[in-house]
Amino acid sequence: MSLILFDQGPVIPNFGQGSKCETENHAFCWGWVRDHWSDTLQPALLQHVKLAVIAVAIGFVLSFAAALVAYRYRRADQPIGLFSDFLYTIPSLALFQLLVPLTGLTVTTVEVALTSYTLLIMYRNILEGLRGVPPEVKESARGMGLSRLQTLVRVELPLATPSIIAGVRIATVSTISIATVAAFVIPEGLGRPIFIGITQDIFKTEIIAAGVLAILLALGADAILVAVGRALTPWRAAG
Amino acid sequence: MIADTFSWGTFPDAIRFIWNHPHLLFDKSVEHLQLSGTALAIALLLALPIGVVLGHYRRGSFLAISVSNVGRALPSLVLIAFFLLVSTNFFWDNTAALVILAVPPILTNAYFGIEGVDRSVVESARGMGMTGRQILVQVELPLAAPLIFAGIRIGAVFVIATATIAAIAGGGGLGDIIVNQATYRLSGVVAASLVVSLLAFAIAGILALARKLLQRPYVVAD
Repeated sequence: MSLILFDQGPVIPNFGQGSKCETENHAFCWGWVRDHWSDTLQPALLQHVKLAVIAVAIGFVLSFAAALVAYRYRRADQPIGLFSDFLYTIPSLALFQLLVPLTGLTVTTVEVALTSYTLLIMYRNILEGLRGVPPEVKESARGMGLSRLQTLVRVELPLATPSIIAGVRIATVSTISIATVAAFVIPEGLGRPIFIGITQDIFKTEIIAAGVLAILLALGADAILVAVGRALTPWRAAG
Repeated sequence: MIADTFSWGTFPDAIRFIWNHPHLLFDKSVEHLQLSGTALAIALLLALPIGVVLGHYRRGSFLAISVSNVGRALPSLVLIAFFLLVSTNFFWDNTAALVILAVPPILTNAYFGIEGVDRSVVESARGMGMTGRQILVQVELPLAAPLIFAGIRIGAVFVIATATIAAIAGGGGLGDIIVNQATYRLSGVVAASLVVSLLAFAIAGILALARKLLQRPYVVAD
């Protein structure tokens, strides 16, 4: 069995001095959650949010630029699509480890990997959103005297917004999921307490608390993005 | 433990590791494929019929959407950890976690693939006297094949990736090497990462090929 992963010094079960519930490792101890919210769970949650936000933000900028290029020059679509598909296919833990020789056990390693997983989905959705704009709409915009850039900003991008938001939603939720794996390379994020809970001693409360937090974070982020999408496309409410 | 240095030099070391430990990597790959294959087979048996049938009757879009939304929000590490709490049969713990991850993309894509088939095409098939089953097999499934296969591919890639993580819960496979840097050094970890990536590409390639072969009779001009 290879449950002990790295040389981390003596293993100190972090429920040693706890309540009866904790020492007997019951299914779930609210007391532990209360006592360790501020020193374990809350920092992990905040780190997790930070990891995900940075990755999605960088991924969005890259995908957006790539989609604009592919929208303008059709020939660029296939190579960009193949490249992002290639990145997407690499198993997450493997990609993290393949980056370690280059960028070490750092946040950079994690962000590069997380960002690369967002590209495929956001690139496809932004491009498809833009391509879905009816040609007659674009022509009438040009006919009304809008320049190419004005057409893009005032007509095409607003019409592509639902598809773009759908892509951002999927990318965000997936990134929050994959960010738990970051705990294999850096001691950050909600994966960390889960990882410790598994490897040091199966401490149920810690695993369940952090796991549920990760799921709630993903669902919460999704709900926020749905609301953002509605706010950005007020004209759709009527239809 | 001697600290591993981080440099490009690790990659040639990793290749050397593969060269020197072919049996270890082969055995771990077989283990990896056993776990992934079992999970993917179960996921296909569960998700394909449900997705296809619901799509055929154009019912349950809410289910198909919710399954994929909820599925995406379940982090693989969390699922593996949760199942570890439930029982200690490592193989089935991890298989169950992998099945739950693979079902959503397969089911959702099968549903939307079939449901998305142009209604007029289905109507004309019905007008030609085809029964519901004939329409499903001869019209809807071939037209939905690209999306269905895309779903299977996403599911398969998830399973291969998550089987790697399952090593920390006794899942075996190539992840055993990846999570055990103390024993295998960074070169071994990188070597196993390369091998598991190759497995993922191979599976994706095989699925693309299968799709082409299955679809060939229906492609008029491409």
